[in-house]
Amino acid sequence: MTIYYSEDHEWIEVEGKTGTVGITDYAQNALGDIVFVELPEVGEDFAKGDEVAVVESVKAASEIYCPVGGEITAVNEELEDNAALVNTSPDGDGWFFKIEIADESELESLMDAAGYKEFIAGLE
Amino acid sequence: MRYLPLSSDDRAEMLAKIGVKDIDDLFIDVPNHALLKGLVDLPLHMTEMEVEQNFAAFSDRNISAGSVPFFVGAGAYRHHVPAAVDYQIQRGEFLTAYTPYQPEISQGTLQALYEFQTQVAQITGMDVANASMYDGSTAAGEAALMARRITRKNKAIVSGNLHPQYIDVIKSATKYTEDVIVVSETTVNRAENLLELVDDDTNCVIVQYPDFFGNINDYSALADALHEKNKLLVIITTEIVALGAIKSPGEMGADIVVGEGQSIGNGLNYGGPYVGLFATKQKYVRQLPGRLCGQTTDADGKRGFVLTLSTREQHIRREKATSNICTNAGLCTLAFTIHMTLLGEAGYRQLAKINHAAAVKLASKLSKVKGVELLNDTFFNEFTVRLNKNAADVVEALVEQDIIAGLPVSRLYPDNKDLANDLLIAVTETTSEDDMDILVGELSEVLK
Amino acid sequence: MTMNNQGRPTSVENSGNSTRSGYPSYTGSRGLSQVEGLIYEIGDTSRTGVDFPEVEDFENRLGGMERTEEIGLAGLTEPEAMRHYTRLSRKNYAIDLGLYPLGSCTMKHNPRLNEKVVRLPGLSDIHPLQPISTTQGALDLIDTLAHWLKTLTGMPAVAMSPKAGAHGELCGLMTIRAALEAKGNPRSIVLAPESAHGTNPATATLCGYTVKPIPATKDGRVDLEAMKEALGPDVAAIMVTNPNTCGLFEREIIEIADAVHEIGGYFYCDGANFNAIVGKVRPGDLGVDAMHINLHKTFSTPHGGGGPGAGPVVLSEALAPYAPIPYVVAGDEEFELIEHDKSGKSFGRMTAFHGQMGMFVRALAYMMSHGADGLAKVAEDSVLNANYILASLKDVMSASFNGPCMHEALFDDRFLKDTGVSTLDFSKAMIDEGYHPMTMYFPLVVHGAMLIEPTESESKLSVDQFIGMMRHLVAAAKAGEKERFSGAPYNAPLRRLDETAAARNPVLRWTKPDQ
Repeated sequence: MTIYYSEDHEWIEVEGKTGTVGITDYAQNALGDIVFVELPEVGEDFAKGDEVAVVESVKAASEIYCPVGGEITAVNEELEDNAALVNTSPDGDGWFFKIEIADESELESLMDAAGYKEFIAGLE
Repeated sequence: MRYLPLSSDDRAEMLAKIGVKDIDDLFIDVPNHALLKGLVDLPLHMTEMEVEQNFAAFSDRNISAGSVPFFVGAGAYRHHVPAAVDYQIQRGEFLTAYTPYQPEISQGTLQALYEFQTQVAQITGMDVANASMYDGSTAAGEAALMARRITRKNKAIVSGNLHPQYIDVIKSATKYTEDVIVVSETTVNRAENLLELVDDDTNCVIVQYPDFFGNINDYSALADALHEKNKLLVIITTEIVALGAIKSPGEMGADIVVGEGQSIGNGLNYGGPYVGLFATKQKYVRQLPGRLCGQTTDADGKRGFVLTLSTREQHIRREKATSNICTNAGLCTLAFTIHMTLLGEAGYRQLAKINHAAAVKLASKLSKVKGVELLNDTFFNEFTVRLNKNAADVVEALVEQDIIAGLPVSRLYPDNKDLANDLLIAVTETTSEDDMDILVGELSEVLK
Repeated sequence: MTMNNQGRPTSVENSGNSTRSGYPSYTGSRGLSQVEGLIYEIGDTSRTGVDFPEVEDFENRLGGMERTEEIGLAGLTEPEAMRHYTRLSRKNYAIDLGLYPLGSCTMKHNPRLNEKVVRLPGLSDIHPLQPISTTQGALDLIDTLAHWLKTLTGMPAVAMSPKAGAHGELCGLMTIRAALEAKGNPRSIVLAPESAHGTNPATATLCGYTVKPIPATKDGRVDLEAMKEALGPDVAAIMVTNPNTCGLFEREIIEIADAVHEIGGYFYCDGANFNAIVGKVRPGDLGVDAMHINLHKTFSTPHGGGGPGAGPVVLSEALAPYAPIPYVVAGDEEFELIEHDKSGKSFGRMTAFHGQMGMFVRALAYMMSHGADGLAKVAEDSVLNANYILASLKDVMSASFNGPCMHEALFDDRFLKDTGVSTLDFSKAMIDEGYHPMTMYFPLVVHGAMLIEPTESESKLSVDQFIGMMRHLVAAAKAGEKERFSGAPYNAPLRRLDETAAARNPVLRWTKPDQ
């Protein structure tokens, strides 16, 4: 089980062919109070970089880009009633969706935890 | 000048503070040749009295509806509005306020909007309503776009018995959005078979209730059939008073309801401003166009209201917004809400009953006139008659007798020769029995 | 993901406790600030404020479609309704109560003469579909207003029917698309500066165009070189607000127009800020092909808590044939209303009927009151007031761009650095001082934007008081009085509202408590 990070502040936890995707603590903090998450539908296909979900605070809507291509196998239905989970548990209960990774080599362009930490330090 | 408080001394002092000599130094960024050297070629300023005289002259060259027996409806209706409504909407705190983006100092507008949304939801029989659209016709265009967003299909089937100008607005609103609009044949008083036009690409069927010619159709079966195919039913009501007498669109299973709210609280105004009503089911809330007011609490725990779910809107979502609407019908919604509050359920139903009774009475009187055929089996306060002569000519002849007899349907269907003799007649609580008798008498003469 | 880097708190967690003094009242009211319930809490379904006659029994023609279920509408008698809505009205800020510095919104005085003339029965009590022969005065009025708009803008044609600014934008862009289609290719891209109003990209999408943003230069204007690079055979139009949303006149406006014309595209001008140049500059002289005019901004029709507006669109000769129906034509003997397109060129219809007549009347009354001379003064005084504010505040606040500005002055939040006070907090503290905040966080091209538009309606005394108040608040922020800001407003009818809760669990209507 490995966690990768994108420069767009998504994380993806990979187990076998399946990745679980969410947004980072840094991202939820920057967005402020999250009020709604628009999720993809199970069975939909996305390429790496496609807009796959939208996360909304009161005054902003931000697109989530697919960190790797593949088919959506599950979405976090808890978020429909309780979007605040993204704030309280961005890397746990606040996950967005699971994806069947089509091409594992796409993971190579992502960062590891240390790399992401360095990346956000550079943004300050 | 009465609206400009700065004196020439003020102006000089302010220019000095800014550090320029002349007012045109502040227009320095304007390309030199584009800055006008003199005044534009228009009249100079006028006194209040002079302006009033100009407008009295414009006004005097129109025949106002209240000054003659008057029978035009077709999407705009002459009703009596209580004096209290106009007084309230002229209060500066309502009239001269901006959109309530600062909720702490806009609770008056916001609470009234919350009451408005509740009233519209109740009247239409739906879960939720937005804070208004420009008018019924533009709301109809928005409904077609919303049905596409929900179903992700791009074809709307529109009843040929929908107000022709509404059909045109829907077509224009969807002209460049890759939507397909199919309009069924206009039938005046035969039932339409809309379902047979529905195919896989269809997102919704749009009908009017009562329809343009005044017929009241039950769309419950259509709603069921559409829902079975995962299609939506959009019901448009252009005379909102009707819903005080007949089943709500929600009771029939509508998914989106569009209304023209002008009848309540708002005058005829030669076509605008009016107020577009827009209601839907709870599950489609995030696809709604326009502003929404919601309840919340303040830092001290007191109840208050705010504009909410704004991420649907253009000022946040920009090119991905559900609509480009910004300014809506604010003050007209307030007039609607105050009038509806004065009516209450009891008054609203009685108003509807009086309208219907008056229409039944006139229909019965007209049925006895030679050369007049009533085309409707059912109607609320408006119905269509077929004359033995061209309806437009008859209306013009009756203008000479100081009667505005109704709408010659041909004005909106210039190419449909079958409708040339059809006259659409509306009756409201403002129509007296004398008005009816004058119409019946003079019409009998003209049709001889 | 994309990220809003100007996120601001929308919940009320850190607002602290109310510092209101005095005893808590039994009613919850505080003097003239009175608590008022919803009509559903103070009224009921049997109460009414309208007397109607009884109706004799008759056979109905409803075809069995009677509404039998209770609707649930609450009614009030007239005294109750008057008190209810009067109490509500007093919870609103309004131009009649004070300076309304909302940049880009042009909150000017709304003359009451306009409200009087619009209620003349021959103007208010006429039906849009009554015979044309009985509304010649109304058509003359529309034609007269069209003449004023065309003369003030130096444009040959105007489409009168759009119902508001955004509707006018849509009308203008649809006209452009229709004209391009007639030439055989609608093209696919619309260019718009980063500082554009949100309605611009939303409108372009409705016309089937993709929006390509154009960056701004350091001095807050369209980057002409970047724009030229973005131009190409796929570009249908450029949408530029001028004066722009930073309150600046686009110096290179003619070069912008020329460049877009060179590639066969059109120049759409967002006329939201026309107030700054009315009577002084004609957009027709700047190469504009289409521009909407917000009658509810420049020409004083009341904002009414969010509308109604009106957004006529002036058009160039090239675009005029594609304008929507209906339109008025002055014949030799009478005015005609063209409701059906016979040329086959018009793109269609924006709305049922003929547009916002009630707004036309008010706007024309405003124009006639001012005249050619007064309208130029409107522009001058609005620009003067804004520059005076800029000059009087730039030593303590951070002006985003050097002046002169046009009718609005833009500041950003650099002056609040290290104070712990945000633009939002600062705005809310203005409420405690008896003012409506300025436009904030717009335009997006500067951080923590504060856009101040005083309009020409303010006296020097009023502007001086505003400046004094702003300087006082800046001093307080810099002196570390953080709580004064973070908890503000303390003295409004309500304190900060929990917008997060409102959006997470939307409650959009009243329902019976037991439901």
